Amino acid sequence: MGRIVLQEVKKSFGHVTVIPPLDLEIEDGEFVVFVGPSGCGKSTLLRLIAGLEDVTDGRIQIDGSEATAVPPAKRGLAMVFQSYALYPHMTVRKNIAFPLRMAGLDKAEQEERVQAAAKVLNLSEYLDRRPGQLSGGQRQRVAIGRAIVREPAAFLFDEPLSNLDAALRVGMRLEISELHERLKTTMIYVTHDQVEAMTMADKIVVLHAGVIEQVGSPLELYRTPRNLFVAGFIGSPNMNFVTGPEAAKRDAHTIGIRPEHITPSSTDGAWKGKVGVSEHLGSDTFFHVHMEDRPDPITVRAGGEVNLHHGDTIYLTPDESCIHRFDDRGLRIA
Amino acid sequence: MARAVSNRRKIIATTAGWLVGLLIFFPILWTILTSFKTEAEAIASPPSLLAFDWTLDNYFTVQERSNYFRHFFNSVVISLGSTVIGLAIAVPAAWSMAFVPAKRTKDVLMWMLSTKMLPPVGVLVPLYLIFRDTGLLDTRVGLVIVLTLINLPIIVWMLFTYFREIPGDILEAARMDGASLKAEILYVLTPMAIPGIASTLLLNVILAWNEAFWTLNLTAANAAPLTAFIASYSSPEGLFYAKLSAASTMAIAPILILGWFSQKQLVRGLTFGAVK
Repeated sequence: MGRIVLQEVKKSFGHVTVIPPLDLEIEDGEFVVFVGPSGCGKSTLLRLIAGLEDVTDGRIQIDGSEATAVPPAKRGLAMVFQSYALYPHMTVRKNIAFPLRMAGLDKAEQEERVQAAAKVLNLSEYLDRRPGQLSGGQRQRVAIGRAIVREPAAFLFDEPLSNLDAALRVGMRLEISELHERLKTTMIYVTHDQVEAMTMADKIVVLHAGVIEQVGSPLELYRTPRNLFVAGFIGSPNMNFVTGPEAAKRDAHTIGIRPEHITPSSTDGAWKGKVGVSEHLGSDTFFHVHMEDRPDPITVRAGGEVNLHHGDTIYLTPDESCIHRFDDRGLRIA
Repeated sequence: MARAVSNRRKIIATTAGWLVGLLIFFPILWTILTSFKTEAEAIASPPSLLAFDWTLDNYFTVQERSNYFRHFFNSVVISLGSTVIGLAIAVPAAWSMAFVPAKRTKDVLMWMLSTKMLPPVGVLVPLYLIFRDTGLLDTRVGLVIVLTLINLPIIVWMLFTYFREIPGDILEAARMDGASLKAEILYVLTPMAIPGIASTLLLNVILAWNEAFWTLNLTAANAAPLTAFIASYSSPEGLFYAKLSAASTMAIAPILILGWFSQKQLVRGLTFGAVK
């Protein structure tokens, strides 16, 4: 069981409030991702749930019982840190067994559970090595192993893949998602990488300056962002925003259109511009198109074979059904 | 990228290093050589460096006149005692300052260090009177107390610097793994900090062993360590250079050997924080 409820939780450091009072419910077995730019308070929120920081105000409940003042060790949660935080003087076996040793389990059971976790994480042959003798990916797996042996109510991941290279990151992302499928345990995952958020989450919590901007499934956030911040943060490349006459024509202050919802053409279309930088990724091409009356370029996603180059004239036609409209406060117009 | 260093530069740097080293070591070397001379040769002018009649007489005379091993025992008790007590106080103090710093932690650290800026003679009279009134004069217990207090700021500073290098994440991970404060310090912090604690211990033993101001002023016969033993051979007439040198050599030999074997550890401890 791992239902976590935050009620009016607030965090201040001195006079600076980093998290104004917020409410959040995380259901048992859910994979929830906290996402937002650097300094938005996502890691602080995770640390409040872990008990590594004290809340300034409000309540935290874990599985229906009050946990606000309960020390981290007694909350039944396991955490995986960005820096792995392995014990450098202990072997992999001892690292994974450490929480079991602290819980007072007998040696035989400790070994049994360590072996089981090592098997799941492909660490069996490294059990007698020290963390210093492992690669980044292996270290991260040890950190996850240390978390799963405890059979916690929920896993907390604090940007666990940031220190890995791009290829390894994709692999570990899949491994964590598979682990969630297998264990069905609540997982709270903090990242600033919205691709990780979109691919892994059941539910995404978008944070900005300590405030929850929107909570929803990845596709909900993609299809119906509640405001300009969420619209700009979710989706890669970012959504294009257009103000002025084009927005006024559609009864909005600002309209948003994603790069994949614009059709480019070299002959005709609704908007005319010139190709600036083009990024050829093989399967896709991203054109940054400059238009006369706009300071910022519009990003367009086209197929890999579209043959347009720097300086060419290009015509863009947005898909009207995919245009997002926002009012002057930046809120979505239904 | 590593910078290419020419052979000429290497030779100059190595020679300069040896010269500085020799310059620092020269007084000790001179003391050791003098201890093997006769009193006449010790004050001969010009002095001879190696061409003299080597003799062990000074060592026998010194051992006959005063009990070296009693002083040696006092030195061991005082330096080890003050170090062990100092560490017992400094480890928790440095832990709290490094991992749960308060608003004024830095000020406290600076204040502790500032006590080292006071000339010891400034507090000699009040301390002497306190020792006299409490019966601590010329006792090993008294010296252990004084040396513990004198070296405590340095031990706390060294351990604080060392602990600060230990990532907080690891201690938080231990907390998440269910470790109590005691388990966190015992199983995670201490094993990681052992090199730092060891070099602090070594340095403190050396400082306490060589401390002369308080040991000379607060002892007479019973608790006098090796520093007082050396001083007893220094006379205003200066007629006993060879014996004085023999006494000095006997006094510094144990700590010199200890320092020699643990120099790697010492250098690591003293430069920790400067080089990662």
